[in-house]
Amino acid sequence: MTVFKAFDAEDAAGIIAELKQLEGPLLPILNAFQARYGFVGEEAVRLVSAALNLSRAEVYGVVSFYHDYHQAPRGRHVLKVCRAEACQARGSDAVAEAVEKALGVTFGETTPDGQVTLEAVYCLGLCASGPSAMIDHGRLVARLTPARAEALVEEVML
Amino acid sequence: MTTRIFVPLDSAAVACGADEIADTLIREIARRGLDAVVVRNGSRGMAWLEPLVEVETIDGRVGYGPVEPDEAAALLDAGLLTGGRHSKRIGLVDEHPFLKNQTRLTFARCGITDPLSLDEYRAHGGLEGLARAIELGAEKTVAEVLESGLRGRGGAGFPTGIKWKTVADFSADRKYIVANADEGDSGTFADRMIMEGDPFCLLEGMAIAGLGTGATKGFVYLRSEYPVAIRVLGEAVEILRREKVLGPSVLGSGRAFDVEVRVGAGAYVCGEETALLDSLEGKRGQVRFKPPLPAHKGLFGKPTVINNVVTLASVPVILAKGGAFYKDFGMGRSRGTMPLQIAGNVKHGGLYEAAFGLTLGEIVDGIGGSTETGRPVRAVQVGGPLGAYFPRSLFDTPFDYEAFAAKDGLIGHAGIVVFDDSVDMMKQARFAFEFCAVESCGKCTPCRIGAVRGRETVEKVMRGERVAENLALVEDLCNTMKLGSLCALGGFTPYPVMSALTHFPEDFHGTPIREAAE
Repeated sequence: MTVFKAFDAEDAAGIIAELKQLEGPLLPILNAFQARYGFVGEEAVRLVSAALNLSRAEVYGVVSFYHDYHQAPRGRHVLKVCRAEACQARGSDAVAEAVEKALGVTFGETTPDGQVTLEAVYCLGLCASGPSAMIDHGRLVARLTPARAEALVEEVML
Repeated sequence: MTTRIFVPLDSAAVACGADEIADTLIREIARRGLDAVVVRNGSRGMAWLEPLVEVETIDGRVGYGPVEPDEAAALLDAGLLTGGRHSKRIGLVDEHPFLKNQTRLTFARCGITDPLSLDEYRAHGGLEGLARAIELGAEKTVAEVLESGLRGRGGAGFPTGIKWKTVADFSADRKYIVANADEGDSGTFADRMIMEGDPFCLLEGMAIAGLGTGATKGFVYLRSEYPVAIRVLGEAVEILRREKVLGPSVLGSGRAFDVEVRVGAGAYVCGEETALLDSLEGKRGQVRFKPPLPAHKGLFGKPTVINNVVTLASVPVILAKGGAFYKDFGMGRSRGTMPLQIAGNVKHGGLYEAAFGLTLGEIVDGIGGSTETGRPVRAVQVGGPLGAYFPRSLFDTPFDYEAFAAKDGLIGHAGIVVFDDSVDMMKQARFAFEFCAVESCGKCTPCRIGAVRGRETVEKVMRGERVAENLALVEDLCNTMKLGSLCALGGFTPYPVMSALTHFPEDFHGTPIREAAE
């Protein structure tokens, strides 16, 4: 289970210090922030821009560009359902509909209790075994049916 | 002797319970006091049989699949260790027709070896290419790749040897090799499979590229949607550093080359090479104007070879066996083999490596065994979300860069997505625009605005608003995008749209859309 850590400037500075030496360190730092805190907020942007001698606008531009980065905290879990063509051909529209119904939210939204954020993803590389989905950052599921998707939602809601 | 049982660590197997199966087998082997060990291999590429559990017997490797997690203990009861009978038993895996008829050059080891065992890698021909490259020297290494006729497997099909030679001939204090592992095309998974199933092969290819061009540093830009590949490739880099295959003196050659794995942040456009370079540098993944070419002014402004994963992973075998050997496979200007990825609504989906030249019909109906739903095949999208939809009437098109281009399509990264007759092609055309709108980097207007207007216009057609007029507008817009976009995202989005319109005009009728068949 993903438990995001509350954002902490000192902790964040530690991450920056550790990764700053890399060639092109901005994405590795932002990836680490997103994975650890669940979002990359204003304070994080300020810290990184100061440390890397970039303008806040430049860092903000990067944060807002990539789908993986979020500027505010979201659900404790993220459920990503593949909506790309290979999964479409294997019935992902019905799965997507079942998931929306079971969670009571549409794609891009978080359940009111803050438990699950539902997102679309365009391809998990499981294109011969779709429809597929990913929970948080690493649990993959394939061969989904609407019924199996509902069971999965129930599990994530716990 | 200890019996080896293979349970793939490949994402496609893991997503269907392979980790649970491995755990159960390990637990049961200990509990029953059996003399057996579980090896986590890559995938053989037969996705419909995953998780495919194999056991090494005196006759060869016997397979069982698709195994459900709760069947693992029963497999042992059935005498798994000696290849015992079970309803999921498929017999000798190497004799399976899907594997037997392939020409596995790039994927020769994938699914067979333990991906993280360097000993096994060497035992199966690994590092022979790198050793030969060291022996040949830089110039002859590049010449070998030129001779092979290898072209970029990411989709653009640019001759790899020419790219390498350009970088080799350009002097600079620092050069880079970048592996494009941002495999975002729906229907493709060859990069993922090789990184999970034979990661040393990619890294060996990168090291050869480094020695050939004078680059000392390599990056793998890996998409965040591939958690298993990120883990396996990261471990593989550590092993090669420890064993001094990578580092200050590659295989004791005195030449330095090291690799760093970088994870993307979810942007399809970063699969475009210049956007990828900007992303690696820590910027928004926006497409660059060309020239300057990455080969002259690439990563951090230095000469850079940027190749797709499969391209680089094909290099070790070319060096080991010679460019002429590789060139012998294929047709026309498409030399060597291509890992076809057969996906979507298909009975026998997976990865099938073969020489260029099979027809689309042979691939879809023959190898793929037609649709999984049992309904007729109506459309096949080749080359990812920017690839054209092919109707049955074009099934005689041979798999070849030029032959597909001649039919207003592209082979791209060789993803082949099969749709049955329940597909609504107007909906697919709308999706193509929508996808482009979501993923556009925003730098050029035809893509950024064209995609949004395109989606809106198709939606008007869907609602039955001035259908003929709006379809003409879509066609005009597609022309603008095709000719005016900076990269393939905006430039190729017209392929799926126009192919849907051209080959399936009956779907663009503007009355409520066809009900999807249940």
